[in-house]
Amino acid sequence: MSAPKELPAPSDQLKAHLPAIEADRQVTDWGRSERIEGLMDRTVYDWLYHYWFRCEVEGIENVPSSGGALLVSNHSGALPPDAAMILKAIKEEHSRPRPLHLTVEHFFKGYPGFSMLVAKIGGVPAHPANVHRLLADEEQLVLVFPEGRKGTEKLYKDRYKLRRFGRGGFVEAAMRAKAPIVPVAVVGAEEAMPIFAHMSALQRLTGLLYFPITPTFPHLGLAGFLGYLPAKFKIRFLEPVRTDDMGEEPWLDRGLIQTVADEIRARIQEELIDMLAHRRSVWFG
Amino acid sequence: MTRILVTGVSSFWGGRLARALEADERVETIIGVSPEDPTMELERTEFVRVGTQHALLRRIVQAAEIDTVIDSRLVVDSVQASPRDAHEINVIGTMNILAACGGPDSPVRKVIFKSSAHYYGCERDDPAFFTEAMQRPHAPRTRLESDIVEAENAVRGFAERNKDVTVTVLRFANGLGPELRTSHRDLLSLPAIPCILGFDPRYQFVHEDDIVGVLEHAVAHDLPGTYNVAGDGVLVLSEVASLLGRPLAPVLPPWGTGLATRALRAAGVRIPEEVAQQLRYGRGLDNRKLKAAGFALRYTTREAVAKFAEDLRVRALRQDGGAPYRYEREVEEFLRYSPSVRRRSEAAREESAG
Repeated sequence: MSAPKELPAPSDQLKAHLPAIEADRQVTDWGRSERIEGLMDRTVYDWLYHYWFRCEVEGIENVPSSGGALLVSNHSGALPPDAAMILKAIKEEHSRPRPLHLTVEHFFKGYPGFSMLVAKIGGVPAHPANVHRLLADEEQLVLVFPEGRKGTEKLYKDRYKLRRFGRGGFVEAAMRAKAPIVPVAVVGAEEAMPIFAHMSALQRLTGLLYFPITPTFPHLGLAGFLGYLPAKFKIRFLEPVRTDDMGEEPWLDRGLIQTVADEIRARIQEELIDMLAHRRSVWFG
Repeated sequence: MTRILVTGVSSFWGGRLARALEADERVETIIGVSPEDPTMELERTEFVRVGTQHALLRRIVQAAEIDTVIDSRLVVDSVQASPRDAHEINVIGTMNILAACGGPDSPVRKVIFKSSAHYYGCERDDPAFFTEAMQRPHAPRTRLESDIVEAENAVRGFAERNKDVTVTVLRFANGLGPELRTSHRDLLSLPAIPCILGFDPRYQFVHEDDIVGVLEHAVAHDLPGTYNVAGDGVLVLSEVASLLGRPLAPVLPPWGTGLATRALRAAGVRIPEEVAQQLRYGRGLDNRKLKAAGFALRYTTREAVAKFAEDLRVRALRQDGGAPYRYEREVEEFLRYSPSVRRRSEAAREESAG
């Protein structure tokens, strides 16, 4: 998440004035398309989830079935499959499946092609105001990767070592929205598309976020970007952290925000270590 | 009873507004000013041909004891005026009008300023829904946008200096309607809608009836502060195209878009820079503050586009229906002031119907 800019005033009375849902539309106001998302889900996600990564999910009951909630996960892989798999896990395993909004870098809104596709499959630019509207006003599930690019860029040798959790912007957003934070630990994504090196010259040339060297990219071309290795995925949803009992305006206390962010980071890291300790094989789990 | 001055009465907005206000019995007097002739038939609005010279306006305001000033002149589309003229109208004109309204002895109690969502611009790192308290993340890119920001700053300064005057700033999303002429109307009327390859921007429209409705609402109620005016719902451009039943033509490349718009201009399709920005990043406004202030929008964005689609289908049939209205000073004055005119309003009404 980027640095907090300006957040709208607490808008309980404005919640009633949200636009009504127009039933004949297939696209939401965020640009999310039911049709494109359904197509992706039936073709790519379904196959990856069930057969390629053979996802195993624990603690799905920790995802609340109503109200806004902020899911916070570790992030990895060149073209990260973890977000899609968390989304699919909620869809498949949860007793009341709900759409999950994935916060993405502003970069994706500005790059041709990505700009069309990412919004249609549920990506929302990681602006604090967007997260606030989704959590507080629309009461949706939002997934953030506080590591951001630092997480996806990291090389294979640094796998499962969590990076700094930004400046705690995600905690502030959850506090303002009084939404619980659900930490999520994902194992497998690091091996699905490991990055061995970065080519900064090609990155500058293409204007992409980074230009990685993976087992299949760039020598297999763009298709190589989809060449995930069949690592076994394990997704564990942890006990939610409440933010509505932290006082009147806890977001004014920078120290508290940092403490909460560090605690969440530590819990995910602990959980990852535990999961890795029990994992006997990268490919079979 | 209100006594109203409408600036820019020759523009579409000003004309429609004056006509709507004429029907309101609580409005005692309407004076329309503009450097050009009105383009719409007006019944009891008194037209004064005057630019934005503040000394002249001030005399009109004082003499007619105007209590409400509606400033609807703002140029929000660079096809309407050259950059130099637009600067003159938007920045210098606004300053002059505010100068005519201010001062300790001024009878003005309310100023309504029509602004535009171009105030926010369109950038990559914009929020998905702008609220009134937000500012644009980067400095304005185009002349037109920086003029709008400057004009709004002048209005804000006026509001701070004149605490007893209710100042309403209305930031309109792109207007859409059969009579409204904008660059977006021109683009959406093409057989295929030009877009930038690889982008499907979010768009929000407000129907022309709602534009007039909001201005009227601001006259009837006190709405101090700034309000976003946009239809409910945000469509993506591909949705707009399918509602209009037209294909999208990704003729603009994602890189070198400026060059391509120049080439298109030679082919007769004008895509101003602020429109190109919208075609790339799109924009959404949070209209909840306006709704909370008691205004019910008649059209959602989708309905506004659907309405526009209906108009597109029959536009060719409508075009050869009668000569456009022409302002004739002598006739207008006769109708308003001559003792021989008996059925003042009926005469005008019949004429407008026929």
